[in-house]
Amino acid sequence: MSFSGELVPNPLDAAGALPPGEAADRAVAGILDAVVRPRPGAPRGVVVDSPPGAGKSTLVVRAARELVDAGERLMIVAQTNSQVDDLVDRLASKAPEMSIGRLHASDAKPAPEALRHANVTAKDKVADLLEQDVVISTAAKWQWVKAEQPWRQAIVDEAYQMRSDALLAVARLFERALFVGDPGQLDPFTVVGTDQWAGLSYDPSSSAVVTLLAHNPAIRPHRLPVSWRLPASAAPLISSAFYPYTPFRSGTGPGERTLRPGVRADGSAVDTAIDEAAESGWALLELPARHTVRTDAQAVAAVAQTVRRLLDRELTAVSEQGSAPLTAGRVAVGTAHRDQAAAVRAELARLGVPVDPALGEAVTVDTANRLQGREYDVTVVLHPLSGRPDATAFHLETGRLCVLASRHRHACIVVARAGIAELLDEHPSTEPVQLGVAVKFPDGWEANHAVLARLSEHRVRLS
Amino acid sequence: MSLLSTLARLEAVRGQRAEPLATVRHRHLSDRPMVLVPLAAAGEAGAPLAVLLGTDRDAPRLHLVPQPLNRTQRSEFLAAMAADVVPYLESFGEQVELLEGSEKDPVSGEKLPVVRELCADAPQLVVPNAAGVAHLALLGRSTRFRRTAEDPDPGEYPAPTQVPLLGRWLTHLTDRAQVPGSSMLLSMTGLLARHWATGQSNLEDQHLAARMAWHLSPSGLEPPATGAVAAEWVESARDAEGLLVHPPAGPSTDPKFDERVLAPAILRYDAAVAVRVRAEGSRDAAESERAAGLVERARAELARVLLAAALPTWHDVWHGLELLRELPPADHLPDRWEGDRWSFTMHRDRVAAGEPPQPRRDDAVTAARKLAQREREQAKLEIQEALDDPLAMAERRLAGEAFAGEVVDVVPEWSAGRSPKPRPLLVVRTGDRPHADPGREVYRAHAEPAQRAEIVSAESGEVVVRLLSGMGRRKDPEPGSVPEVGSRVVFTLFELAPRQSAPLPEPADTPWTHGGPPVVGEDSPAGADEWE
Repeated sequence: MSFSGELVPNPLDAAGALPPGEAADRAVAGILDAVVRPRPGAPRGVVVDSPPGAGKSTLVVRAARELVDAGERLMIVAQTNSQVDDLVDRLASKAPEMSIGRLHASDAKPAPEALRHANVTAKDKVADLLEQDVVISTAAKWQWVKAEQPWRQAIVDEAYQMRSDALLAVARLFERALFVGDPGQLDPFTVVGTDQWAGLSYDPSSSAVVTLLAHNPAIRPHRLPVSWRLPASAAPLISSAFYPYTPFRSGTGPGERTLRPGVRADGSAVDTAIDEAAESGWALLELPARHTVRTDAQAVAAVAQTVRRLLDRELTAVSEQGSAPLTAGRVAVGTAHRDQAAAVRAELARLGVPVDPALGEAVTVDTANRLQGREYDVTVVLHPLSGRPDATAFHLETGRLCVLASRHRHACIVVARAGIAELLDEHPSTEPVQLGVAVKFPDGWEANHAVLARLSEHRVRLS
Repeated sequence: MSLLSTLARLEAVRGQRAEPLATVRHRHLSDRPMVLVPLAAAGEAGAPLAVLLGTDRDAPRLHLVPQPLNRTQRSEFLAAMAADVVPYLESFGEQVELLEGSEKDPVSGEKLPVVRELCADAPQLVVPNAAGVAHLALLGRSTRFRRTAEDPDPGEYPAPTQVPLLGRWLTHLTDRAQVPGSSMLLSMTGLLARHWATGQSNLEDQHLAARMAWHLSPSGLEPPATGAVAAEWVESARDAEGLLVHPPAGPSTDPKFDERVLAPAILRYDAAVAVRVRAEGSRDAAESERAAGLVERARAELARVLLAAALPTWHDVWHGLELLRELPPADHLPDRWEGDRWSFTMHRDRVAAGEPPQPRRDDAVTAARKLAQREREQAKLEIQEALDDPLAMAERRLAGEAFAGEVVDVVPEWSAGRSPKPRPLLVVRTGDRPHADPGREVYRAHAEPAQRAEIVSAESGEVVVRLLSGMGRRKDPEPGSVPEVGSRVVFTLFELAPRQSAPLPEPADTPWTHGGPPVVGEDSPAGADEWE
């Protein structure tokens, strides 16, 4: 294998001494150069690996502006409707001079946040949007667009979440593309058998970036070296547990992010856990060991009670951006399964916590898959292995835990039954080794242990 | 594992009997299935040892490779197997239905009427377990590129015409078996797992005889029993010589059987062959005849021990088919079987048109198309099983993805606007707790035509929905289109028609991200034999 492209030095090696802001700026400048002013003969794709909260969205907005300023018409591919709406909202606020087309399915209306801007046009036919500077839609919708009017330039957002077969269907629409995503998040998945393609460079069920890099060895991924979201208490753990070969650091130092409760603790375990999290950034609220059904009623109640107390105790989140009260909209609950999310939502509603965004500011309760790319001040996580008698590949998947443990700016409270470490030891990963498939590091088993070891330093027992 | 199947497993443990997971049969069963019990030789992946096959339970036919390392004998085995299987498969290609349709003329763009053939029925192969399917896939891969005497360059070892044909059929069938809900090639353990729960782990359920022991007392067990005791007995009971009383379902054989029975029998066969070679050299007619008799006897002895190793499994498979036939067929079976018939017809046409065998590996576009098809069929299967089977729907209801109940009130309302349309409210009393937020769209099961509704409110015990469609074009709903007070309704939160898959490019238009168009011929080297 030979690399004909430009070699991208590891920003941490070269710029380890630089202040985080400067290191990040250098990385971004290099990426924008490669995207907007490609050298002759440069590969057709630019890949950017971005750890959680490293300014990926900001990068997409800047790249979009510079490309449009350079006279390009641009298509943007994101993976879910909410990602598209978020991106439209952000792009429209940051670049009011740009005309933005939001291409949507005929039976799915875009969110109101995306439509409130004067420079956004939403249509379900691409023909009505051809005059726009930028057209944004989901990969699923782009697949149906006929290729009569190919765009020259595309940005693929959350590219590691995109499946190879989706890229196969949309790649005909553009000549060059910027692929941005987080390699540590959940891999795309399918519920049907795909073993016969394992090891093929274009395995349709693998990630789009894996296929792209296999067929275009000249592309060297760029990296964003600084997480602006994760606090100093979380970045080193997330970096070493989930990104062992591509480390990153936090943009803020120890003590720059604090949480101050306005109401004193009532002596309960839940309040103790909240204090621990406010103090150290992490807390493990541990229930007695027990095998339970997926919607473990006691664990669900503990999660809901934690959220209730978080809101009741009038916390103030102080960060480099100023200080703000911790309100429902800044709190999220993450689970592994949809029925768990539904059970937590029902329990929160019973406790009078707002959970319906249609009725105003609400706590977000969702699965890891849907929390990807989101950011909150405090997260409460129902541990994927809590109460389970076995540790399946689904529950061990590195990305799932990584997503759940890296959504917060201030603190993360994990609710779990005791006995997870023992469960892990009883279930070493036994996935078959497939020829031609690169072994993924770290494996979920090891990452789970790393996170658990850290959490156990902040354990509060709930009897 | 869903809550309901966990419960069924617990009940199976308590009763020491298999517990139903379905009230109807969710897979098509042919009137004339062919059962195959393949056995593989140890030490080499996919090396055939024997196969017991047939469409008649009382008349299984055994094909075997007396010396599994001998490539000539392996070829003869495959030829004999092909001569048995291919006519069975091809016999379904004769009776066809003619379907009228239209096709776009690629030049003028006009729609032209065409008549297409659809085979009236399709073959069905049943093997004991998933490993049996994998073994057939290996046989298919290793035979579909074999050259025959009819090839322009037949090579040194031309195979009978039917051998590569068998390979192409096995490749097609094992590929089709990956499509959820398809029934052309089925494994008995898979069939039983869909319809019954046992009180043992999924891994143990892969052992066909152990699984059957939760249904019927295994033959030879005294006193007769079902459940865990019986399962353990068929898995592990050995006779005085240390051989398993009930041989495993294959393709791998019991190592003790290999060591104590099979290896000596093969050795005797080899010795007999050596004697025959020497006798032929001596030109003594009587000696040659005696040697030929020795070989014949050694071969018959091998056939006897291999038959004994496969026959219990053969009976287990037929017992399983009997159990499944007792279940009434699900309503959507003909619909899914038609998909299998199309798959069969299209492969028949490809063979008849002289197309080359399936390439060694799928190209990027073909792989993506197959994945899309499997996902579409998986979605369809889940919907159809829920509609066909109250137990399958109960799982969805327990998961909050559907709710069933009685209509206790109907409030006629209309949409605003110049031509008001009926938008009646239904109050449904239900014990289910759907994950239904107001405004969420739901779909009425078994409604003809399809009917959508939206959740207005969902309190515990009572869900109010507003019907949105399927009530005709007039101001008042068509008679019978709105459920009456007292009737039972089921609404699902999942759509009842699977979504279409998005179009993919032609293989020749494979984009740069996926390596560009495939190089023709790279993956299907004509005449390359994987064994030689």
